Amino acid sequence: MKNESTTQNGVDEDILRLDFSEVKQASPGLPVDRRRFLQLLGGGIIVCFSIPDSWALQEGERRRGMGQPLPQDFNAFLRIGEDGRVSGFTGKVEYGQGIITSMAQILAEELDVPLDSVDMVMGDTDLCPWDMGTFGTMSTRFFGPALRAAAAEAKAALIALAAEQLQVPKERLRTKGGAVYEEAGPKRVSYAEIAKGQKILRHVKGAAPKPQSEDTLIGKNALRRDGPAKVTGQAKYAGDIREAGLLHARILRPPVHGAKLIHADTSGAREVEGAQIVEEGDLIAVLHPYPDMAERALAKIKSQYDRPAASVDDKTIFDYLLKVAPQGQTVAQGGNLAEGRSAARYVLEQMYLNSYVSHAPIETHSALAKMDGNKLTLWASTQTPFALQDQVASLLGIAGQNVRVITPYIGGAFGGKSNNQQALEAVRLAKLTGKPVQVVWTRAEEFFYDTFRPAAVVKIQAGVTESGLISLWDYGVYFAGERGAPQFYNIPNHRTVSYGSGWMPAPGSHPFATGPWRAPGNNTNTFARESHIDMLAAKVGMDPVEFRLKNLNDVRMHRVLQAVAKKFGWSPARAPSKRGYGVACGTDAGTYVAHMAEVAVDKNTGSVRVKRVVCAQEMGLCVNPEGARLQMEGAITMGLGYALSEEVRFKGGEILHSNFDTYTIPHFSWLPQIETEILDAKDSPFQGGGEPPIICMGAVIANAVFDGSGARLLQLPMTPERIKAALSKLQSS
Amino acid sequence: MKETIGFRLNGRAVSFEVDPSRALLWVLRYDLGLTGTKYGCGEGLCGACTVIVDGKAERSCVLEMKAVSGKAITTIEGLTKNGELHPLQKAFVEHDALQCGYCTPGMIMNAYSLLLNTPHPSRRQIIEHMDGNLCRCGAHQRIVQAIQDAAEHIPKAH
Repeated sequence: MKNESTTQNGVDEDILRLDFSEVKQASPGLPVDRRRFLQLLGGGIIVCFSIPDSWALQEGERRRGMGQPLPQDFNAFLRIGEDGRVSGFTGKVEYGQGIITSMAQILAEELDVPLDSVDMVMGDTDLCPWDMGTFGTMSTRFFGPALRAAAAEAKAALIALAAEQLQVPKERLRTKGGAVYEEAGPKRVSYAEIAKGQKILRHVKGAAPKPQSEDTLIGKNALRRDGPAKVTGQAKYAGDIREAGLLHARILRPPVHGAKLIHADTSGAREVEGAQIVEEGDLIAVLHPYPDMAERALAKIKSQYDRPAASVDDKTIFDYLLKVAPQGQTVAQGGNLAEGRSAARYVLEQMYLNSYVSHAPIETHSALAKMDGNKLTLWASTQTPFALQDQVASLLGIAGQNVRVITPYIGGAFGGKSNNQQALEAVRLAKLTGKPVQVVWTRAEEFFYDTFRPAAVVKIQAGVTESGLISLWDYGVYFAGERGAPQFYNIPNHRTVSYGSGWMPAPGSHPFATGPWRAPGNNTNTFARESHIDMLAAKVGMDPVEFRLKNLNDVRMHRVLQAVAKKFGWSPARAPSKRGYGVACGTDAGTYVAHMAEVAVDKNTGSVRVKRVVCAQEMGLCVNPEGARLQMEGAITMGLGYALSEEVRFKGGEILHSNFDTYTIPHFSWLPQIETEILDAKDSPFQGGGEPPIICMGAVIANAVFDGSGARLLQLPMTPERIKAALSKLQSS
Repeated sequence: MKETIGFRLNGRAVSFEVDPSRALLWVLRYDLGLTGTKYGCGEGLCGACTVIVDGKAERSCVLEMKAVSGKAITTIEGLTKNGELHPLQKAFVEHDALQCGYCTPGMIMNAYSLLLNTPHPSRRQIIEHMDGNLCRCGAHQRIVQAIQDAAEHIPKAH
C-alpha cells in the first residue's frame, strides 16, 4: 500500500502502521506483550504527544545547530499501561553498558513500582525523546536526572488524580507497588486504573524526586534485565531483523583507502542465480536473498583500482603526526614554567607513543532499510539513532518525520558505531532496488572502515625537587585530544597543550578515518601522565603511591588511591622492586579511578602476564553497583588489549588486518584476577561508569612492567618485541 | 547443484534442498530463521557462531552443509527445554556473565560442549576450552564463574 501521510483524528496512520511485530523487535528488552501493548495503544498516541509537543522546538534547536532539549512533558519519558506495566522511553541505546537495567531502576525507584514491571524502549526515533547519541558516559549522568524528574512529576500527577478519585486529601496518600493508597485507611487505586493506558494530562510543576534516604532500588544490585533474552538467542540485533522480500547486500570495496575505481566487470556476478547487481556512481553492490550467495557473486566481480602511493606506515606515523600537527591549544596552565625548572633537582623529558587501535566489536556494523513510499524504516546498530535519522532525511531529501530509526540490541560499540556508514549504504540500496535491504559488514570491512582510535604522541617535561615535590609539568599531546590531558597533581608551574583534535582532526592528519574510542584521549593521556609520574617517583627514590599522595591535594583522588592500595595489599617500596607491582590513577566523566596491577615479565620472550588487577572507583551515586562492577571488569579486560597487543598495522591506506588472526584482542587465557571496589559516595550526583575504568590500563601495566623488570615502556601496545628491546636497552646502559 | 540434506535440528528432523557448499551459519540464520547463532568473523576465529554437531562444538561459519548431513545439531534455541532455561543459561543470567550479549550464544554453546564431555571442569580446563571464543566487552571473569557454577547444577543425566 502506498502511503501518503494522512492524518485522521490526530493519529498518523503511517506511523501506526509502521508499528512493530514480534519478528521486528522494536526495542531491546521489550517483551512481546509490551510490543503488542504499544501497538494496540497506538504508537500513534505516543507520537501524538511526543512529536507535536517537542518537534517544533527541537527542529528550532536543530536549525541552530544545537542539541535539542529534552521534552518538558513527562509523558515523553514514560507510560503506564492498562496492565500496570511501565514503559520507559529513552533515546539512549543499549550496547552492553547496562543502562537498560539502571534506567529501569531509576524509573521504578521514583515511581514506586516493582523493577520487573518496567520495560525500557530505547533508541527508537518514533517513540523516544530526541537524544544526541549514546557516548561520553553521559547516559546516567545527564539523562538519569531528567528521567528521575519525569518520574517524580508523573507520580505527583498520579497522586493528585488519585486524591480526586478517592476523595482523600493528597497529604494522606502514599505510593507503593504501582498504586496510590490511603495511609491508615482502606482506600487504594492502582496507577493502571488511574492512567488507563493513556497519556497523563495532569501536570504538577516542581515535583521533587524523593529523598535519597528513601531509595530502595537505586544503589542496590540488579541483574541485567536483558540477560534472559541474550542467553536464549532471542535478543535481536540489526542483523537479525527479517522482512519479506529482504535482499542482502555485499558492496565492492577498494583495496586501500583513497583508491579510485578504474574499471569493474560485473558480468561474472550476474551469472550467480538470484543475484542482482546495482551500479550507481561509486556504489557497486551485489544483492541476494542470502548473504553468503551475495558474497560469492561479489567475488566474481573483476575490479581495477588506482592505488595511491603509501607515504606513511605504522612505524613512521609518529614522525608524520608531529610534522603535520597544527598549532597547539593551551588547555590548562598555571605558575611559571621557568621557575618550576629552576626549582627542580631533576628534570625528566620523555615522549610517549600510542598506535591506532580498533574498536572490534563482535557484532559488525549492521542495518536493514525498508522504504515504503516516501517513508523509511531503518534498523541499525548505531550509537546515534537521531543523528542517523537526520543523515537519512538529508540523503533521501525527505523530512525527518518520515524516517524512523529503530535501534535493536547492539553487539558492542565502544565509540565505533557513531558514523552510520553501513546504515546509509542500506538506505541507498533500498531506495535503488525498492526492496528491503540488509547490510552486515564482514569482519574485513569492519577492520577497513573502523574509525580507529588515533595514533598519538605525548611529550612531557617535568621537574621534581629534592624532597619529591613536582615543581614543573610541561605537557604536549598530539592528536589524542584533551580529554584526560590536564594533570590533577598539586604542581605550581604547569602547562598542558593539545595539538590537533583527538578524533576529528584536519583532513590528511591520518591515512584513514579515526574516531572516539572508549574514553577518547584519556587512555593515551593517562598512560603518558602516570608513566611519567612513576618515573619521577623512581628518580627521587620514593614509593610510587607515596609520591602520588604527597603531590596530590585532591581529596577524592587520595581516597581512591588509598582504597586501591588497601585492597591490593600494597606495601611501600622504591621501583623497580622486582615485585611487578604497578599503580596508576585518573579521572574521566566525573569519576575517579585508581588501579593496581601485578605482572610477571618473561625476559626471554618479552611477554607479560598480568596476574592481578585491582580497581577502586568513586563514581558518585551508583545506581547499580553490580552493573558498575561488570563495567569495571570489562574495561580492565578490554584494556589489556590496547596495553599489550592491539595495534593497527597499515601501509598508507592499506589496513593490514582483515580478521582476528592478526589483530589480537584479549582472550580467556589472558584473564587476570580482577577485584573491584566502588567507594561510597551516595551524596554526590551520578557520575560515569562505562569509560573511566579503562583509562589506567596502559599506565598501570607499564608501571608494573617497570617495577618487575626495570624496563620502561614508552609505547603502547607493549608487545613482546618492544619489551625485549627495552630490556636490552636496559642491559646495555 | 542443490541437494537434499537432512539432519536433526534441536531435536527435530529437517530435510530440504540446499547448496551443499553453503556454510551452516547462513542456512541457520536465513533459511531456517534461527538468528541466535551469530556471525562474527566468518573464518572460525571468534566463536560467535558456535553450535553443537553430534556432541561437539563446531564453528558454523566454516562448516559446509554437506558436512552436517545426517548429524544432530543443537543451537542456542535448542537449549531451553519446555520454557526452562538450561543450567548454563541460568548461570549466565545469574552471574551477569554478558554485556552486549552478541558473543553469548557462542559462549554458551561452547561451554555446553565442554560440560558434555567434562562435567566437572577445573578453572584451567574452562579457560583452555573457551580460549578461542572472543568477547570484546570483557565478560570473561563472569563467564568462567558461570560455567563453574552451572557445572555444579547440571544433573548427572547430562
